[in-house]
Amino acid sequence: MAQAPALPTGFELPLEPRLPRIGSIDQVAIEERAGTLAKRSIKRESKVFALELAVRMTDLTTLEGADTPGKVAALASKAVRPDPSDPGIPSVAAVCVYPNLVPTAVERVRGSDVKVASVATAFPSGQSPLEAKLDEVRWVVEHGADEVDMVIDRGAFLAGRYAKVYDEIVRVKEACGDAHLKVILETGELGTYDNVRRASLLAMAAGGDFIKTSTGKLPSAATLPVALVMLEAIRDVYEETGRRVGFKPAGGIRNAKQAVQHLVLVHETVGVDWLTPDLYRFGASSLLNDILMQLRKEKTGRYQSPDYFTID
Amino acid sequence: MTELERKQDRAPIPSGWEYATAPESREIVQLRERYGHFVGGEWLEPKESYATIDPASEEPLAEIGQATDEEVGLAVSAAREAFENGWSALPGSERAKYLFRIARVLQERSREFAVLESLNGGKPIRESRDVDLPLAAAHFFYYAGWADKLEYAFPNRKPQPLGVAGQIIPWNFPLLMLAWKIAPALAAGNTVVLKPAETTPLSALLFCDVLRQAELPPGVVNIVTGDGRAGAALVKAEVDKVAFTGSTDVGKAIQRELAGTGKKLTLELGGKAANVIFDDAALDQAVEGIINGIYFNQGHVCCAGSRLLVQESIYEPVISKLKRRLQTLRVGDPLDKNTDVGAINSRAQLEKIEELVRSGEEEGAEIYQPPCRLPEKGYWFVPTVFTNVAQSYRIAQEEIFGPVLSVLTFRTPDEAVEKANNTPYGLSAGVWTEKGSRILSMAQKLRAGVIWANTYNRFDPSSPFGGYKESGFGREGGRHGLEPYLKFE
Amino acid sequence: MSRLPVRKTYKLFIGGEFPRSESGRTYEAEGQNVARASRKDVRDAVRAARGAFGKWSGMTAYNRGQVLYRIAEMMEARRAEFANFCSGPKEVERSIDRVVWYAGWADKLAQVLGSSNPVAGPYFNFTVPEPTGVVGILAPPEPALLGLVSRVAPAIVGGNSVVVVASEPHPLAAVELAEVLATADVPGGVVNILTGRLEELAPVLAGHMDVNALDVSGADGEVAELERLAAENVKRVVRGDADDQSPWEIAGFLELKTVWHPIGV
Repeated sequence: MAQAPALPTGFELPLEPRLPRIGSIDQVAIEERAGTLAKRSIKRESKVFALELAVRMTDLTTLEGADTPGKVAALASKAVRPDPSDPGIPSVAAVCVYPNLVPTAVERVRGSDVKVASVATAFPSGQSPLEAKLDEVRWVVEHGADEVDMVIDRGAFLAGRYAKVYDEIVRVKEACGDAHLKVILETGELGTYDNVRRASLLAMAAGGDFIKTSTGKLPSAATLPVALVMLEAIRDVYEETGRRVGFKPAGGIRNAKQAVQHLVLVHETVGVDWLTPDLYRFGASSLLNDILMQLRKEKTGRYQSPDYFTID
Repeated sequence: MTELERKQDRAPIPSGWEYATAPESREIVQLRERYGHFVGGEWLEPKESYATIDPASEEPLAEIGQATDEEVGLAVSAAREAFENGWSALPGSERAKYLFRIARVLQERSREFAVLESLNGGKPIRESRDVDLPLAAAHFFYYAGWADKLEYAFPNRKPQPLGVAGQIIPWNFPLLMLAWKIAPALAAGNTVVLKPAETTPLSALLFCDVLRQAELPPGVVNIVTGDGRAGAALVKAEVDKVAFTGSTDVGKAIQRELAGTGKKLTLELGGKAANVIFDDAALDQAVEGIINGIYFNQGHVCCAGSRLLVQESIYEPVISKLKRRLQTLRVGDPLDKNTDVGAINSRAQLEKIEELVRSGEEEGAEIYQPPCRLPEKGYWFVPTVFTNVAQSYRIAQEEIFGPVLSVLTFRTPDEAVEKANNTPYGLSAGVWTEKGSRILSMAQKLRAGVIWANTYNRFDPSSPFGGYKESGFGREGGRHGLEPYLKFE
Repeated sequence: MSRLPVRKTYKLFIGGEFPRSESGRTYEAEGQNVARASRKDVRDAVRAARGAFGKWSGMTAYNRGQVLYRIAEMMEARRAEFANFCSGPKEVERSIDRVVWYAGWADKLAQVLGSSNPVAGPYFNFTVPEPTGVVGILAPPEPALLGLVSRVAPAIVGGNSVVVVASEPHPLAAVELAEVLATADVPGGVVNILTGRLEELAPVLAGHMDVNALDVSGADGEVAELERLAAENVKRVVRGDADDQSPWEIAGFLELKTVWHPIGV
């Protein structure tokens, strides 16, 4: 029962008859609600709690054409020990890299709890043949990636070919084996919140362990309303089936305040059960240092300078 | 196990992450020990007085004047004198500038007013800060612009001010209701005697300091305080117009009192609004709309969506989402920035809510209240949902004016309309559906002055507000809100 | 030898039909026996008006305008008869012209009285006039026809249904008008006309809980008491003029409804 699919079997059938169940999102109301939650005032010990949690939830990410083994090695060190001057600061959840750099990352985090995640499936566009995508997934898993961040085929989704999108996720999930699958919707390309909800449900139904907002390659990424839409979809799947799907906002979350706002959204939408790295991740690079600065400020009472935090 | 049973068994969200308190500072508000009446630009020492309190702590805040007939008469005379000696002859463009000034000063001092409003009224600072104050300032700003354009609002009608307007406002939005009353009255060229509610006089009294800063001529706005006796005296005094917002019973009494006098009257009275949810609605936003409809300002809202009409086919998911959402409402200190539901305004109101809720249980409705820690002192009521409510129950008929929702169901649009309209009130209604033609059809058929479609409890100075049937007559807001303060040749 | 004319029985007009008063009473006015309506006739008339309200208010404004124009056409055909029951042909002409004038307002009210409101947020917001419901009208004692038309036309053009207490001393014009209405495509119950004692009928109408507005233009000194009764269900009380012609007369019998909807994708 607990592992029943999010939607009835046969999701590959034309989706339209199911649309009433999928439901829609009112743009103005969802943005208003997200705006209200963003105004929660999180202070003192509740803020420290949130920030330390945010560190544990971070997928420290580098996804550049210029990435090198050296860059990834530095990132991995930072992931294991984010603040060398404060051993109380926990490791992050994972490092997230391109496939070529998986072996380096695996080697560098060995012995720690930090996982290695790799983007795959022709990230970020997803515009490659399915076989090529599956090969890529199998390759990263073989080379030690614990988690795979795939992209959905937005072209197929926007053309209404939902079954193609669904099948592809199912195949990728098979290719993952024991590795965890995060499904990137690239919400900035989906056009409406209705589509974000539809894609979220589709990704969960197809077996995604996480749903993730964005590649980080678009200016419009993990906004609070998008996160709220996806969290509500996760909650609905949980209510229907008892299955807990994780969530990863990625892209555009650069400072501690935003991270806390996202956590408030989680707390007040799906509840504390999701306040764990098993079910929640931040995909970010520059966020970590801002959180570290804020944490030290909370501990010392002094506002901090970036000069005291390493820029790996 | 059926799906339905399984859902109901699910445990509530554990509260693992406690938010630290985030109180807004009280220091910004400087209260005097005692206040008189503001008459002719000066403070009139009251003959009688009473204490106004903070409903969240029951601590007294200040001594307030209880206006006698004579004191009310003095205020009306001051308003008359100001009307005749200058204000009515002032060019509209000059009146406009006073109103613009008032709007600006309110914006500048908005935090101070927001804190005071929460302190004296019990409403969450989040609402007084984000709703009451911005809207109050906007109201003055909007009507300021009309003051020198009345002939465009009423072409060929030669609009003229009435004279002195007597205005009586309720305790649920003290400063905002003051703005709704005073702004159009002054824009139209009248002078004003306003009586704030007995339990929430402080923001109106602080507003007198805004008038000082705006250098409004003395007597143009006069404030007298006290309970219903002061209101009754104002209605009977030599005013040319009465504007009242409050309960339907008092509204009827005022209408009776003014019978045959020819005095102009506008009434904004009670409501028992239906919030109608169709099965194709955007559910989570509809649930948010239900929450905002009934728990906004502790349900102390005349247009509150106090009757939820859910299409039977989505009854289960709506109720389960609603209950879940209810658990995340934060009830407590009105000055805490994270509070969603504040204190009940007064002991009398709390007792009225408790009495009606008891009647709901006795009549057979099923009550749901989320687990909730309430402060020990002060007046509090847990956000409440009644299911299994029949149309005939008191909780489905009478205005509770508290955080209490009655849920009824319907099967077809016609049945929804019939049930929604089955009330002597007609202030507002809500409709939630993704189907455009159905929205317009419902908007047409619901007999109420304000229809919120896919939203609820929105207000704007440019948007006329007011009721059908026993919810009153006359409109506040917009061009239409000027008309009750004018006469025409 | 001249022919002995066949006389008319002057009856009430309720729900599109011409009943006698349920009380069986009449009173003499303008040399005729006229039905003298009772409390129960008021009740029946209000019930008929309420029954007709949905259909009449739900018609398109264009349609209502045509019905009013049709009333004018039928009045025109009976000019001679009407002239006998009022001050003469001049009053009849003015009355007909007034109905035509109001007929033209039906589909312009929303544009003149309504508004689109630029609220500070992502919402489309508009205000439209809607009829108040059932309107009780105490017709002015005189002018017998023009006074009646001046009060009834603005009330019905906006979509209200009405219960009229005709001029007590000059009721025949009202009965004549009822016969026009019965043949002028006006749905039964939209206009109901009672003849009888104002003093007896007015308080019943003013106190009736299913009447939404009261036009006291034809009331004599007892306005205060009528207004007190009207307060019982917060009736809109209209003090109009027996010879006025203005869209604001229509507005007195209208509510304003404001509709909000978010603007989003």
